[in-house]
Amino acid sequence: MPDFSQFYDVAIIGGGNAALCAAVSARQDGASVIVLEHAPKAFRGGNSRHTRNLRAMHEGPTSVLTESYLEDEYWDDLLRVTGGETDEKLARMTIRQSSRVMPWMSECGVRFQPSLTGTLSLSRTNAFFLGGGKALVNAFYDTAERLGITICYDTEVQSMDLDDGFAKSISVSANGFPQTIRAKTFVVSSGGFQGNIDWLKKYWGEAAENFLIRGTPYARGRMLQNLLDQGVQSVGDPTQFHCVAIDARAPRFDGGIVTRLDDIPFSIVVNKSARRFYDEGEDVWPKRYAIWGRLVAQQEGQIAWSIVDQKSELLFMPSVFPAITAGSIRELAGKIGLDADTLEQTVSEFNAAVQPGDFNPQKLDGCHTEGLAINKTNWARTIDTPPFICYPHRPGITFTYLGVKVDERARVIMADGKPTANLYASGEIMAGSILGRGYLAGFGMTIGTVFGRIAGQEAARHARN
Amino acid sequence: MHATDAVQSAKRGIDVCNACRYCEGYCAVFPTMMLQRSFTDTDMAYLANLCHNCNGCYHACQFAPPHPYGINLPRDFAEIRLESYAEYSFPKVLGRAFNRNGLTMLALVGVSLAFVLLGMLLFVPHDILFSAQTGPGAFYRIVSWGVMSLFVGASLGWSVIALSMAARNFWHDTASPLTKAISQSAIRTALKDIATLRYLGGTDGGGCNDIDASFSQTRRHFHHALMYGFLLCLASTSVATLMHHFLGWEAPYSWYSLPVVLGTIGGIGMVIGCIGLIWVKIATDPAPVARRVLGADYALLILLALVAKTGLLLLLFRATPIMGTLLALHLGSVLALFIALPYGKFVHGILRGAALLKSAVEREGREVVGG
Ligand SMILES: Cc1cc2nc3c(=O)[nH]c(=O)nc-3n(C[C@H](O)[C@H](O)[C@H](O)COP(=O)(O)OP(=O)(O)OC[C@H]3O[C@@H](n4cnc5c(N)ncnc54)[C@H](O)[C@@H]3O)c2cc1C
Ligand code: SF4
Ligand code: SF4
Repeated sequence: MPDFSQFYDVAIIGGGNAALCAAVSARQDGASVIVLEHAPKAFRGGNSRHTRNLRAMHEGPTSVLTESYLEDEYWDDLLRVTGGETDEKLARMTIRQSSRVMPWMSECGVRFQPSLTGTLSLSRTNAFFLGGGKALVNAFYDTAERLGITICYDTEVQSMDLDDGFAKSISVSANGFPQTIRAKTFVVSSGGFQGNIDWLKKYWGEAAENFLIRGTPYARGRMLQNLLDQGVQSVGDPTQFHCVAIDARAPRFDGGIVTRLDDIPFSIVVNKSARRFYDEGEDVWPKRYAIWGRLVAQQEGQIAWSIVDQKSELLFMPSVFPAITAGSIRELAGKIGLDADTLEQTVSEFNAAVQPGDFNPQKLDGCHTEGLAINKTNWARTIDTPPFICYPHRPGITFTYLGVKVDERARVIMADGKPTANLYASGEIMAGSILGRGYLAGFGMTIGTVFGRIAGQEAARHARN
Repeated sequence: MHATDAVQSAKRGIDVCNACRYCEGYCAVFPTMMLQRSFTDTDMAYLANLCHNCNGCYHACQFAPPHPYGINLPRDFAEIRLESYAEYSFPKVLGRAFNRNGLTMLALVGVSLAFVLLGMLLFVPHDILFSAQTGPGAFYRIVSWGVMSLFVGASLGWSVIALSMAARNFWHDTASPLTKAISQSAIRTALKDIATLRYLGGTDGGGCNDIDASFSQTRRHFHHALMYGFLLCLASTSVATLMHHFLGWEAPYSWYSLPVVLGTIGGIGMVIGCIGLIWVKIATDPAPVARRVLGADYALLILLALVAKTGLLLLLFRATPIMGTLLALHLGSVLALFIALPYGKFVHGILRGAALLKSAVEREGREVVGG
């Protein structure tokens, strides 16, 4: 049982990558540190346990990154995906710092893997964790324990006593028992609120019941809400989240990376009315991966079905859930509960509209349909060779954008623009300051690591003075 | 191979792994499985024997129990390995020895010790057996060189045949077009992987999850002590045999002679290795461990430790009256070990070696085919 009456230098709220980077950094700078993680030990590490890489600026090849990836290119990439919803000063600082975090992560026991198969396209910009995010989280917990950081699992922080920009204490539920913890400084790294379906319902109504949450159920935004209620300045659109189309049979939470489906470019996608609703071949899949979650979220019942035929079976990675197969479109309609006549009509209209062309799955091949209300602009081939193969899709939410505003010292900013005295934030909970929209692969972990380091160091320094 | 529960469970796991691939850098298993979309039961026997049971992919897995996917490859693979030892054993009926291997081994050791002890009590005059013997041929006054060679030669000879057949059965069952020709360089790669236990080091030398989620080289180092200790003891016996046969020098040899030095270092290495590996087994997080295989694991370690310890004791007390009894214990345990080789956990070395060779051959083959 940890000593809750101790007056810690730094109390860290959360137990993912951003929290652990802050905890270890603060401890390395001499502070006494307590980490409060809502999840039980087996599920510690939030969304970070599901990650695989981080995006790092580098001036030349390293043992895990090829060529170079410089500040301006990184910044351009960020500008493009966010459409300008970013903060140039914070963003450039994050980018520059990203070139220095990897040696420190290695010292903390994080291992990187040399770039291997399948991930080659990202091996220039992104460093892959050996074993993935859970291995990374394990390494940080191991380091934290060795350094003598107090770690509490099953401990939810429920509110903070924040008085005129000064954080006094937090109220927690430790294994169900209420406790108050006092500390000189606090770092809040409790992630987004995507695990809180009721909160999502405020913006999305009953549709939110059909959303699947790809990561941790423990990111419920309780501290985010608590801080915003007490006059902390918010960033990011509260209604928005990063969302992809995933296999509808995935578990409600924590389904992780393996629920993704890559068959859409080769398929037709229909909704509950058995009608198509968007151009499946608009662009290469990595660029379109992230829009399909929103598209499916807008359909009735938040569900859609992709259908390919035998010709395309081997062109994409199979789902971990069994394909729904049928010898005819009519039979398939029966299996997935759609109106058979309409589905047959949709497929035959599509087939009739397909124009001849040279099909090539590797590039935008221009194989298209003509004369449909919604045409398919690439990889359009007739769907006529049984077995027909179908996967159900639902929106899978990765993270929410709403967060608290911070400055370049990771200090949380109040609504009046003044920084708080002793409250810092890192990770998803402040990421909206830099990534207000869209997503850049590996940037979530970069923000969490860079700001976790800063928050930990600043908190330790403040506690010393 | 058959579609046992463990095979089914591992197949489900591998489908998830193939969509995830986070563990691709841990060992040879993942790059191999990523080349395929579907797997036969025989593929599973191959992958299971390629697995070094390092637990890396358990502790790193965000889908390990209590997650609903419940991925636990090290446990599934350990069970499949045991099933594969039975499947490929020669003759096949003796594969049954793997069902309750711990008990079987215990019985074997008991019978073997009793056989040697009783034999000596019956055939060796008691005043020789229970008195100090010194000078050249001291051991052979108790058991003649001929009798010793006969039993050791027969048991070891048979085991070498049976182990070769097991390797052959495995190789044939898992054969692929790429494994038709075996290149020199593939053999070198495989030998190096075996000699260095590369995949117990986490490929980058950063270690494995021997005890818990933190990394260490503990198991690798203890296994080195045991493996090289065992090889030194074999070398010691071989040198002694040559000295006896060709030079006519009779044991016991002096403390500084080659066989005694090799045997002493080897014996101490084996004892350290056995005790260390047993300790790791007791201390390790039980979640990724297949309980069904523990009997076989412990049986081999204890038997090896018994052989090494009785050997060392024999060396220490060879000039005293208890030499005869110690000799009986040592010969009895050596006999049990040699008989047990193809029907106990020792098989892992042979099938894993074959799996590593197959992996090296196929990697080369693909490079050639793929340009
Ligand atoms: C499937 C998936 C794959 C991803 N892959 C990548 C990737 O490859 N690269 C990348 O950069 N990003 C990736 N992301 C995004 C990435 O996960 C996040 O950007 C990053 O993990 C955020 O880290 P964090 O520490 O801020 O939040 P989290 O890791 O979510 O941690 C939040 C922590 O706070 C705890 N917590 C919440 N509320 C409380 C409370 N009230 N009291 C106590 N504790 C609380 C939670 O239990 C959790 O431990 C992925 C996300 C998902 C879902
Ligand atoms: S063991 Fe788990 S983390 Fe590793 S590849 Fe398989 S599913 Fe992914
Ligand atoms: S336990 Fe280790 S050797 Fe076996 S498959 Fe997993 S990572 Fe590979």
